[in-house]
Amino acid sequence: MAMTLKPGTRLLSAVCSTEMIAVKAPAGEVDLTIGGVTPVASAADRIDGGEVAAGHGGGASMGKRYVDEAETIELLCTKPGEGVPALGGELLQLKEAKALPASD
Amino acid sequence: MHLSSLVEMVESGFGDRVLLGSSAVPVTGAEFGRRVRSGAATISGHRAVVYVGENHPLLPIALFASAWAGVPFVPVNYRLEDHHMNALVDRQQGALVLADVATAPRVTGHSAIVLDDWLESLPVEFEAIDPPFDDDGIAIVLYTSGTTSEPKSALLRHRHLMAYLLGSVEFGGAGEDEAVLVSVPPYHVAGMANMLSNTFAGRRIVYLRSFDAQIWLETIRAEGITNAMVVPTMLARIVEDLDGRPANVPTLRSLSYGGAKVSERVLRAALKLLPDTGFVNAYGLTETASTIAVLGPDDHRAAIESDDPVVRRRLSSAGQVLPMVEIEIRGESDEILPPGETGMIYLRGEQISGEYASGSVLDEHGWFCTRDRGFIDADGYLFIEGRSDDTIIRGGENIAPAEIEEVLLAQPGVAEVCVVGLPDDEWGQRIVAAIVPSSGARLDAEQLRAAVRAELRGSKTPELVVFRDALPHTETGKLLRRVVVQELADLPS
Repeated sequence: MAMTLKPGTRLLSAVCSTEMIAVKAPAGEVDLTIGGVTPVASAADRIDGGEVAAGHGGGASMGKRYVDEAETIELLCTKPGEGVPALGGELLQLKEAKALPASD
Repeated sequence: MHLSSLVEMVESGFGDRVLLGSSAVPVTGAEFGRRVRSGAATISGHRAVVYVGENHPLLPIALFASAWAGVPFVPVNYRLEDHHMNALVDRQQGALVLADVATAPRVTGHSAIVLDDWLESLPVEFEAIDPPFDDDGIAIVLYTSGTTSEPKSALLRHRHLMAYLLGSVEFGGAGEDEAVLVSVPPYHVAGMANMLSNTFAGRRIVYLRSFDAQIWLETIRAEGITNAMVVPTMLARIVEDLDGRPANVPTLRSLSYGGAKVSERVLRAALKLLPDTGFVNAYGLTETASTIAVLGPDDHRAAIESDDPVVRRRLSSAGQVLPMVEIEIRGESDEILPPGETGMIYLRGEQISGEYASGSVLDEHGWFCTRDRGFIDADGYLFIEGRSDDTIIRGGENIAPAEIEEVLLAQPGVAEVCVVGLPDDEWGQRIVAAIVPSSGARLDAEQLRAAVRAELRGSKTPELVVFRDALPHTETGKLLRRVVVQELADLPS
């Protein structure tokens, strides 16, 4: 199902504990899933007994960023879970970030 | 992105993690979120939130509540004289003014609410407001310290601060056991930045209300502090207090310092007394939304251990510029200078604000002139030589006070130095050095002048060396050069 995103939009997996926030979002509608299912805006909207779809699991990790190849979209994982995000059916990739020392 | 998103991220990621408060009165991420939402509901209708007071363990709640309510948070220096302090508070018309117990009665133009009372009164049931999404809104207004002129209101928008966080801090990157000890006051950019970056990292924040070296050491031991941030004057006091004894703070993994130039001798002593702690030097300005360059623990270690003078010298550098910030060193006619040549430091990037209440000072291509002079070495390490406004022009030659100060500081018995230019009929400016001797040291002005002449050259040798018991500083350790200049200008030439 298509949805629109803004930087700051919260995205909760409907079928597992994964939670994300949009850091960067393309204009217009996107076909986004987490765990293979369209994400929801709050925990109350989760699907009872829902399951992560085959090929959409493997785990999302806290603090990691997920991007598409063209980096039109960037999601940050705020709560880990089994389901991983996908755009138009393509799994998003982990964005490598260089760790910097804490300066303040 | 907007700072209010960070509140939702905290609730999502750190619901059960203790983020604020002492180990006696902990506040979890979930509790933090509840109080921020409630606080925002009470702020609605005000045009800003001013805080004038000392650090407070729950101050981040007021900062994030302001963000959620969509109004700027304005920390004001409570150490200023009453009329100066009130003049800054009064610039924020229609603000909710929060203060600590000691400062509240000093506020005249507004009725100030004591922060503890405000926190206490936050309703459990309230009409929730939706946070704004517009990241072009102003998140924080900071008054610059005004070491060379009147304080200016620097504006930091949500997009600047979030760019800094997303670019340099890992969300949830801190372990659950980590805690940071903050000693910088809330009206300093580092005070605001660490509230944001430690909340983002999920690191518990512990405040020292006002700095004392012994209490600082004791707090680290009592609270199991893993990270700390100090300004150079604090580092000097810690070294002095230890007097050669090891610091004995086994939990402290990282100690960052910044905000002013540190004496290399103090730094070397500190590295020796805290052998298991990683040192981090951070360089940034209010107008750059905090840190833009970092010298990390590995760089410190390499500089101490290396025989290569190029690597050794980096101990006094500001390290490398953050990946998402661009830098240029420019010469007199705005040309870009090659590595090794000193010029004006220009910065560009998403976190660079360069904006005051009076307007933006970014050029048409988005570059911000820091008015700091410096150079970059062949491997990208940034060396800061000081404010361009402090540059001495003697006989047409540009002379950085820092260069002379470094030579003088390396002489035995010299605790602190300030080199300034005073008006001179023949040379335009003449060089005067004000020196604070170490306790018990007997110094000779002629010997000190000879040391500079031997190391640099005649034109950089101070015409006059005077001795002082102390030099004037801001509370955050910045040397007040204009005060030194004023005082020395009254001396007979």
